[in-house]
Amino acid sequence: MATRSVAASELLYNMNSRISTLYPNVLCVIRRISTRSSRCHSQAQPRAKSVPQQLVGVVGLEIHAQINSKTKLFSGSGVCFSAPPNSLVSFFDGSLPGTLPALNRRCVEAAVMTGLALNCTINKKSYFDRKHYFYADLPAGYQITQQRRPIAVDGTLTYSFLGGRKRSDVIRKVATIKQIQLEQDSGKSLHDDVHSQTLIDLNRAGVGLMEVVMEPDMSCGEEAAAAVRELQLILQALGTCQGNMSEGQLRVDANVSVHRPGEALGIRTEVKNINSSRYLARAIDFEIQRQIDVLQRGGVVQNETRAYDSKSGETIPMRDKEGLQDYRFMPEPNLPPLIVYEDNASLPAGVDASQAVVVQSLREGLPVLPSVKRDMLVQTYDILPEHSFTLLSEDGLVDYFEAVLKATKKEPRKVIGWVTKELLGQLNQKDMSVSQSPVSPLALAELLELQETGHVSSSVAKQVFQEMWRSAGKSAAQIIQEQDLGLVSDTAQLHSICQKVVDSHPDKVRAIRAGNKKVLNNLMGLVQKETKGRADPVLVRAMLLEKTS
Amino acid sequence: MLNLTIREVSLALREGRISATELCRRCLNRIKKTQHLNAYITVTEELALKQAQEADSRLQQGVSKGPLDGIPFAVKDNFCTENIKTTCASRMLREYFPPYNATVVQKLMDQGAVLVGKTNMDEFAMGAGSTDGAYGPVRNPWGYAAPYREQTGATPDSDWVITGGSSGGSAAAVASLTSFLALGSDTGGSTRNPAALCGVVALKPTYGLLSRHGLIPLVNSMDVPGIMSRTVSDTAIVLGILQGLDVRDSTTIPAPPSLTELPEDFDVKNLRVGVPKEYHAPGLSVETQAQWCRVADMFERAGARVEQVSLPHTQFSIVCYHVLCHAEVASNMARFDGLEYGHRSEVNSSTEAMYASTRHEGFNDVVRGRILSGNYFLLKKNYQHYFVKAQKVRRLIADDFRHVFSSGVDVLLTPTTLTDAARYSDFTQEDNRTRSAQEDVFTQPANMAGLPAVSVPVALSRRGLPIGLQLIGPAVQDMKLLSVAQWIEQKVGFPSIRDYDNSRNETGVTERERTSAV
Repeated sequence: MATRSVAASELLYNMNSRISTLYPNVLCVIRRISTRSSRCHSQAQPRAKSVPQQLVGVVGLEIHAQINSKTKLFSGSGVCFSAPPNSLVSFFDGSLPGTLPALNRRCVEAAVMTGLALNCTINKKSYFDRKHYFYADLPAGYQITQQRRPIAVDGTLTYSFLGGRKRSDVIRKVATIKQIQLEQDSGKSLHDDVHSQTLIDLNRAGVGLMEVVMEPDMSCGEEAAAAVRELQLILQALGTCQGNMSEGQLRVDANVSVHRPGEALGIRTEVKNINSSRYLARAIDFEIQRQIDVLQRGGVVQNETRAYDSKSGETIPMRDKEGLQDYRFMPEPNLPPLIVYEDNASLPAGVDASQAVVVQSLREGLPVLPSVKRDMLVQTYDILPEHSFTLLSEDGLVDYFEAVLKATKKEPRKVIGWVTKELLGQLNQKDMSVSQSPVSPLALAELLELQETGHVSSSVAKQVFQEMWRSAGKSAAQIIQEQDLGLVSDTAQLHSICQKVVDSHPDKVRAIRAGNKKVLNNLMGLVQKETKGRADPVLVRAMLLEKTS
Repeated sequence: MLNLTIREVSLALREGRISATELCRRCLNRIKKTQHLNAYITVTEELALKQAQEADSRLQQGVSKGPLDGIPFAVKDNFCTENIKTTCASRMLREYFPPYNATVVQKLMDQGAVLVGKTNMDEFAMGAGSTDGAYGPVRNPWGYAAPYREQTGATPDSDWVITGGSSGGSAAAVASLTSFLALGSDTGGSTRNPAALCGVVALKPTYGLLSRHGLIPLVNSMDVPGIMSRTVSDTAIVLGILQGLDVRDSTTIPAPPSLTELPEDFDVKNLRVGVPKEYHAPGLSVETQAQWCRVADMFERAGARVEQVSLPHTQFSIVCYHVLCHAEVASNMARFDGLEYGHRSEVNSSTEAMYASTRHEGFNDVVRGRILSGNYFLLKKNYQHYFVKAQKVRRLIADDFRHVFSSGVDVLLTPTTLTDAARYSDFTQEDNRTRSAQEDVFTQPANMAGLPAVSVPVALSRRGLPIGLQLIGPAVQDMKLLSVAQWIEQKVGFPSIRDYDNSRNETGVTERERTSAV
């Protein structure tokens, strides 16, 4: 179970190639996840009244998404993940006395765009507040956030995953977005236990974050993982956050509790440090089970912050967060209220449209969102919904798919497998992105065209594809010619091979003659084996039929 | 030469009657001679002479940068100055050298003004006496001048009087003629209060008109850089240079398109002068009250309409100010943890222990006390009861002013302080908390409302110490306010300290300078 769930969440995100290699067939693995998660759905089902209801999990998420901007939220220093320590620190970021925040309009636009994409109400007026706590990587002693009135509220996130009896139904769910608030990121502390010292890197201090707060309307790790995945895709489509969890651009805290449906929510814990998509579902499911176990033993769930330890697969209490924190919120006096305008007409006189944040123009500039894109793909190309998920899951894969389609007459339904299985399989194996593929969409299209027009069989086509991957730059036609992989269409030669196969398998011929036509396929396979898959299957079939009739 | 106005000395510089270097030297010499005042924490002699030389080469080539080119100025030690120690009169920043200039400092330097030093203050500007700083109290120059000594028979070194605060060093610097202008900061009256007690002019501009970037904050929502000089017209020159938007301070507002020079003969006829009845406060000295009446009468005689007005919520201002001030102090001081800059304790058993002892060692009792109460006010359970309530009262106080001004009143006339300067030995009988509550009573409401206010010296008391009156105006009407202030200045004939300055061994020089200057 444990190993399975690792692979599952891993592949759902399609992020870690090592595991992907074990399960190159992405679709198949998504089904696997669903099998595991059936537990979580059965929990939510109402039970007969006579049976005491089971405890079920309740999950809410707080997601910190680092804003993809050139400079920080309140200062002009650059934002870059792997810059040398403390090389991107302005006087303000270092909290030098007398420095003041100056709001970065790009960050506001990112938050508004994200709010719009998540169907939020955009507050035309929002406020910044100070949240106080002492920590070495928080130089000012407070974080500037939006506690009283955030920039966006009351939205929804529609996410889907594969479920149902066969794990092939697309199940659609809606999570409520409570709010999106703008706030500063903290720096990073590196604890050196050997020398008993802490090293501080303030490069991240002051980078803009969007904290997306989701209401507790998920019930298990799988739902949470699917919701986060969908949010990640939306953010990436918008370009407001790069969404790379391993670089900390997307960080998830989960509020987890358990209760019996219909009863009040239980005491919750906050699971922090879920710094990898890989562990998200696992951490949440572990925590739900832990709380159920506590209650069933007659214990009480403590309201506490817990960290997920990926090594043990457990959540453990965080010691430094013990005790009730009083953040002593107060309004940030150095920033006027954040005003955004509905449209250009609502701009007051003297306000330059190019300096103001105008919701209408941001709305008009929104890209096609992943859910819409998936529906469009299913409709336009008549592919399965799960294919559309796979296409969207990998950056650039849709474009690749569509580029192939443009250059071939082959039906989309026949092309999709090539893209989601052959291409993606190779990419995952080599830990490469779509843009790094040595086989261009045109090259793949050429290969498919050769197959479509009967120049190569489908099995040889796959062979050629592998070869194209190895020797980048060579066209399918070149490889076919060089390695003599073209279909054998010399009828005399095929006749003699077919005859040989028929002669050496009299039992099978007898079976066919007795009416078992399926055995014919068996003979066809033998012929293809002889010709290394190069025989035209239509021709071979005709010849074998004739010889066995 | 040193007691000239900026306008006069600027002309002398341009006409070559004195060089900027010579002027700077004289200021530096005078700083040395007046060291007993303890007005400066840092004297930037080397930089000043360098800047003066640069000014001289411009003046010689006839490419003066303007009225401030070559003019010596002083800056309160809570404005950041690049590579010049900026201490806030606190052990916490004893060795702190900021890497940048505050916007207002930079603007003065861009005009060719010559920085002679950083002035003493109450620690982190928390106080009303300039008696509570790590560098010791500031002494009022008028306590060494003939009138005080003759009237009281005081011995200067035991019966010296305070400057008021918290910008006492800046007030003393301008009053003792060691600089022609000084920057103070004004959160509850910190510029106007010492200006009144030291007999100089101080403007607390409209909130947001001057950038706070580089001003180490006390209360962000009330702080404004204050301008101190010896005449209203000098103040107007400096205001014209310092005001306006600053991208580094999001609370700044554009400079209003108004006059930059004050009219020489401002007509107060039909001016409506409001006298708030609530400002007849307990503790107001008979003499100060008399001066207040005298100037009100002057207005009336000149054709102004003087009327009693009411600011009913004034009485709640101080207590409300304390809640808001302490809350912001608690927040603003959180950054002083010994990690990035400033004092760091030797204690290193844990990060928390280091924080605690750093902050204990670095801050005085006043600062620590305010941090403590401020954090108490901000606790979740107390927030509504203290902070939110105080904010509501603040709104009522601001509304009081709005009502009065919208009824047609142009300017309010009030005392700046209750009395003239107290003797140090008397002042320190009460603690800082009590003193701050008493001393800021007339000045602090203008900060709550963000309004411009100016203190003008009007007379010497019977003890021979200055008395100042305050004018408060509607937001952004700073220049108009100064026009009225100048009218008072012209009418009252407040004496120059130079007139009495024969106590400290330079009488001959003084006389020569005065004749050459005229």
